Amino acid sequence: MQMTRKPSDITTDAKSGEVLHHEGEFIINMGPQHPATHGVLHLKIWLEGETIKKIEPHLGYIHRGIEKMCERLSYRQFIFSTSRMDYLSAHINNQACALAVEKALGLEVPPRAKAIRIILAELTRIASHELWWACSGLDLGGVTPFFYAFREREAINDIMEETCGARLTQNFIVPGGVMSDLHHNFQKRVKRVLTQIKDNLHEYDEILTGNIIFQNRLKEVGYLSREDAISYGCTGPAARGSGLSCDIRKLYPYDGYEKLDFDEIIFNEGDCWARYRVRMAEILQSVHIIEQLIDSIPDGEFQAKTKNVIKLPKGQFYQRVETARGELGVFIVSDGAATPYRCKFRSPNFSNLSAIPQMAQGAKIGDLVAIMATVDLVIPDIDR
Amino acid sequence: MTKEELKYKLGEISREAAFDETGEFLNVIIPSPELLPLIKPLRLNKEFYFDYLFCITCVDWKDYLSMVYHLTSTLHRHTCVVQATITDVHCPQIESVSGIWKTAELNENEIYDLFGVTFLNHPNLRRLFLGDQWKGYPLRKDYTDEHMILL
Amino acid sequence: MKKGKEENKIVFPGQLHESPEGGMLVTKLDEIVNWARSNSLWPLIFGTSCCAIEMMHAAGAKYDWSRFGFEVARATPRQADLIIVAGTIVMKMAPVLKRLYDQMPDPKYVIAMGACTISGGPFFYNTYSVVKGVDHIIPVDVYIPGCPPRPEALLHGMIALQEKIKHQPVFRKNKKEIHHDERRIKI
Ligand code: SF4
Repeated sequence: MQMTRKPSDITTDAKSGEVLHHEGEFIINMGPQHPATHGVLHLKIWLEGETIKKIEPHLGYIHRGIEKMCERLSYRQFIFSTSRMDYLSAHINNQACALAVEKALGLEVPPRAKAIRIILAELTRIASHELWWACSGLDLGGVTPFFYAFREREAINDIMEETCGARLTQNFIVPGGVMSDLHHNFQKRVKRVLTQIKDNLHEYDEILTGNIIFQNRLKEVGYLSREDAISYGCTGPAARGSGLSCDIRKLYPYDGYEKLDFDEIIFNEGDCWARYRVRMAEILQSVHIIEQLIDSIPDGEFQAKTKNVIKLPKGQFYQRVETARGELGVFIVSDGAATPYRCKFRSPNFSNLSAIPQMAQGAKIGDLVAIMATVDLVIPDIDR
Repeated sequence: MTKEELKYKLGEISREAAFDETGEFLNVIIPSPELLPLIKPLRLNKEFYFDYLFCITCVDWKDYLSMVYHLTSTLHRHTCVVQATITDVHCPQIESVSGIWKTAELNENEIYDLFGVTFLNHPNLRRLFLGDQWKGYPLRKDYTDEHMILL
Repeated sequence: MKKGKEENKIVFPGQLHESPEGGMLVTKLDEIVNWARSNSLWPLIFGTSCCAIEMMHAAGAKYDWSRFGFEVARATPRQADLIIVAGTIVMKMAPVLKRLYDQMPDPKYVIAMGACTISGGPFFYNTYSVVKGVDHIIPVDVYIPGCPPRPEALLHGMIALQEKIKHQPVFRKNKKEIHHDERRIKI
């Protein structure tokens, strides 16, 4: 319903004549402390009744200055600060940095290290999607999914701990390979987890995917067209739900993804429901990728020989990888020293966030939570 | 389009463009007032069709700043990098590209916040991360802060 | 309270005297109040970054913090009495954290989880925006090191906090804590 306004309903600034406030219009601040923003995101929302008119994101509540920090860290050290950016894809972030350094040095990574990296990266992706699934359940009012998803996450975390020594921020990748070799139980454990995931995935569908209330909250909500997805620079499942093919693993393969058989999941509807199904299908694809590799991890070195102090040649290097949320780009400007001259992380969440005002335009305020849940933001990655 | 074709075509559009082919992508280096005349045809011409701006950032080279735009096309899948050089370090200014790619709006806010580059014709320029009270632009090389403990 | 092996058996502080009609409990008011407080801590859902994920794991089925009475996580500070600072605090967040703390009703407790909240952790050097330890902003009861701490470490920290609460004076005047105390008695 369109409200008709009398001139007396409008408050204007006495000096400039700028419109400050319309009668019947609210401004609501969502965050920085809000359980559905998954961290400390602050959205300023203009409402008319319950309908969203405009959203303005205010960031910086977790801006840690990682880019500035990287300018004073060596090429071995700066990798580790990136696992604190998108901590749910910590391993893949490390991989991106290591790949950038290797690309600049022209370093060839041994096949065994490549295989290890991919297996762990896909496990990370599964774990991340599982956390997303748990949280979208929580956001939309169901607590039970949380316990289901965390059962599988714990299993993956155990593998991570056994292999890398840490549960969340693994820091397992070094330029030229991985930090240490696999332990002899690795294959057995991974296979067990894969069976567990495949066996349990139908429970996920029964509890949430098939739930009619859940479906109705997602269907035809938060529409994003393909053109807008491109213009906003969206990546990852958020863009693939709008029919944009943007899987870096397919388009610009790295670390041997070109030899593996897997599908890029694309849905054309562009609503929350499409984004939900993309992620659910990606879990199965990741399982499929690991299954191809787990029995045929090549023998040999796990690390290429590198100098103690790595110095990159002069120039600019850009490396992109596909994290669980989309394209992460590492842009290193080197002046020949042992530390980066400038280091920029093109974060997937930042561009996905910029599309949220577009998705939420005209939606109800309750739908905003559904939209944010399916875009799956990690705030420290936005702020860096 | 291959690098050579791109280079040839871009040279026709902008006389002042310099090229750098050492890296992975084709780098086009132009002075900052030349930005819009070059970048608009890149987006609109069907043969270039660079519709996806995937990375936009700034580098402080002490005596000048350079804005770096990574462009790719979802149609032709070719990539190119446009570097616009801003010579005035004390009051850097450049045209905003947020009218062409919507993703630029937030990114330019970030660069304004961290580098102090003012974007002309930007719809809503504000300090995105640090807030209006913050003094200085932290990612500049000459930034100093007494609370910052350097190693 | 009895010490040693039997300590685990005691659920309720005090001594029970059998009598024909049932029983009689002799205890101190302090102990009862503290017993109640320490077993029903309601944490605020407050996570800024990586450590929040490990906090969520502590809530999951494997570690299950509801065994110790923490499961009623609240989204609003007005209903919470424990704030687990899970994640880096930066300059812009500091006033928000202070306000959240002020909004919580007394008695209130703070756990600093992770290296970031203790000292700035990995972001101690070379950054311009990180607060180097939350104790610059709010008083901290328990520090848990790690980056991120394991869920067990968080549980340990929480149990340590419970121990601390059990030995706090409530109605007794402790000279040092007079100010603290007066505020408490009002509530
Ligand atoms: S202590 Fe480590 S894991 Fe925890 S918030 Fe800080 S960087 Fe993240």
